[in-house]
Amino acid sequence: MDMRTPLGKVRGLGSAKSGTEHFWKVRTTSIALVPLLLFYVGFLIMYAGKPYAEVVSALSNPFIATINALTIIASIVHMKLGMEEIIQDYIHTEGTKFALLILNSFFSLLAGGLCLFAALKIAFAG
Amino acid sequence: MANVTNKRPLSPHLQVYRFIPTMAMSIVHRITGGALYFGTVLVAAWLVAAASGEHAFNQVNWFFGSIVGQLILFGYTWAMLHHLLGGLRHIMWDLGYGFEKEFSAKLAKANLVASIALTVLVWIVVLIVR
Repeated sequence: MDMRTPLGKVRGLGSAKSGTEHFWKVRTTSIALVPLLLFYVGFLIMYAGKPYAEVVSALSNPFIATINALTIIASIVHMKLGMEEIIQDYIHTEGTKFALLILNSFFSLLAGGLCLFAALKIAFAG
Repeated sequence: MANVTNKRPLSPHLQVYRFIPTMAMSIVHRITGGALYFGTVLVAAWLVAAASGEHAFNQVNWFFGSIVGQLILFGYTWAMLHHLLGGLRHIMWDLGYGFEKEFSAKLAKANLVASIALTVLVWIVVLIVR
C-alpha cells in the first residue's frame, strides 16, 4: 500500500522537502567551476608575485573582474553544500550537527562576502 | 535505555571493506574538498589585501613567497587539481558511464598520477614565467 499523497508524488520532493536540489546545485556549480578555475589558475600563474599596481590593474579589467566574481560565487556555494554533506555524514548528535551547519553557513558567507567585496572594490575603485 | 541503543548493530563502515583505488580516491576527494574549504581563507586574504592597498598586499605576498607559504600554495594547487579531476569522474558516473571494475580502478589511479603531474607542471610554468 502506498501512503504517499498524489500531490506529494507529483512534487517529488521527499521527506526533506527539497528533492534533488542539493545534488543538482553541487553538480551545476562543479561544472561551472571547471572552466572558471582553469582560467583562475592561468591568471594566478601569470600574476603570482607581480607588483601591486600590475595585479590590481589586471583584476579591475571588466572581463577578469567578472570571472573573478563568478568563480567566488560558484566556489562558495559549492563548498558550503559540500561541507553540509560532510557534517550530515559524520555528526550524529543533533545539537552539534545543527551548530556546525549554522557555523558552516556563517563561514561560507563571511569568506564569500570578503572575497566578493574585495573583488568588486578592486574592480570599481582600483 | 542508553544501553539498549548502544548494543544495536551498526551498518558496515570503512574497516570491513578491502582497500581499493576507487575507495582511496573517494576518501582523498573528500579530504581535498575539506582542505579547499579552509583554503578559501587564503584567497580571501589575498583579495582583501589587494583591495586594502599596497602595504597590505606586499605583506600577504611576502607570506605567500616564503617557504611555508609556497608549501601551502603547492599543497593547495594539488588539492584543487585532484578535486577537479575527481569531480570530472563524478560527472562521468552521474551520466551513467565508467562503472566497470577495471576501468574505474585504472581511472582512480590515473586521477592521483595526473593531479601530481599537473601540479608539478603548473609550478614549473610559474617558475618559468617569473
